Amino acid sequence: MTTARAPRPKVAVVTFPGSNDDRDAVHALGLLGADGLPVWHADEDLPAVDAVVLPGGFSYGDYLRCGAIARFAPVMEAVARFAADGGPVLGICNGFQVLCEAGLLPGVLRPNASLSFVCRDVPLVVENADTPFTSRCEPGQRLVIPIKHGEGCWTYPEAELTALEAAGQVILRYEHDANPNGSLSNVAGVTNATGNVMGLMPHPEHAVDPLLGSTDGGLILGSLVDAARARMAVAA
Amino acid sequence: MKATVSVRPKPGILDPQGEAVRGSLRHLGFDVTETRVGRLVELELAATDAEAARQEVERMCEQLLANPLIETFDIVIAP
Repeated sequence: MTTARAPRPKVAVVTFPGSNDDRDAVHALGLLGADGLPVWHADEDLPAVDAVVLPGGFSYGDYLRCGAIARFAPVMEAVARFAADGGPVLGICNGFQVLCEAGLLPGVLRPNASLSFVCRDVPLVVENADTPFTSRCEPGQRLVIPIKHGEGCWTYPEAELTALEAAGQVILRYEHDANPNGSLSNVAGVTNATGNVMGLMPHPEHAVDPLLGSTDGGLILGSLVDAARARMAVAA
Repeated sequence: MKATVSVRPKPGILDPQGEAVRGSLRHLGFDVTETRVGRLVELELAATDAEAARQEVERMCEQLLANPLIETFDIVIAP
């Protein structure tokens, strides 16, 4: 997978007040051959980076709706500019919620249908492997990655879902009988129309070390590192 | 002026919170057939004109207080 000699791209990892997976994301990116750069939510600019990760957590206490306040953080304007420029942006869990509220991803995350916080490994199916976030996966590949959330029920106008699916924007689904939160059509991860912004509820950064079970998260984050490295090569 | 904003889950959107509350109400012996749980936001505004205040609060709802994908809102303005 990663070679020691491959150039190490830089990936910004944004910390909002209440983020709690930011250090895990930096650690995982490091294992996968990138340098994770912590970025504070109040920063108005991003450092020179090749990708951005919005990590999991409970930004601003999830007040009002999860992600609704964080989208107004100063750094989010810089993230939106980076995304508009084609830069790869990955939102994990709370990061997914923030990107939806910011209008950078379709849909919105609502409380789990069970109303219970769910914390366990879930089986996923890769629906589209032709993205900067799944290039190390095969179409239809089964991944096992943990989730831990209370508000992961992805919701979208049902009549418009077919168009989203036809455009290849549904990237990950929960396995048929293993939907943990009631999301529409078992959706676990989606991209924007241009394919360079993705959000997912599972936590790939918690599945990169065999000591903790699955290493399937490395396929997602490793794909992102590859995309970041490609962007770095173009910029150079 | 004062404004009161009611934010409700859209019709047709599953409201698990409302379902849980309904279950508890039924457990208490109340014969409730449907429960929907929304959010109430009370605002104190500097505006002195009711129509201007309404327009301002509508913008607040569109930009932050409600998510149009899943919620509706209505506004009551009072002096």
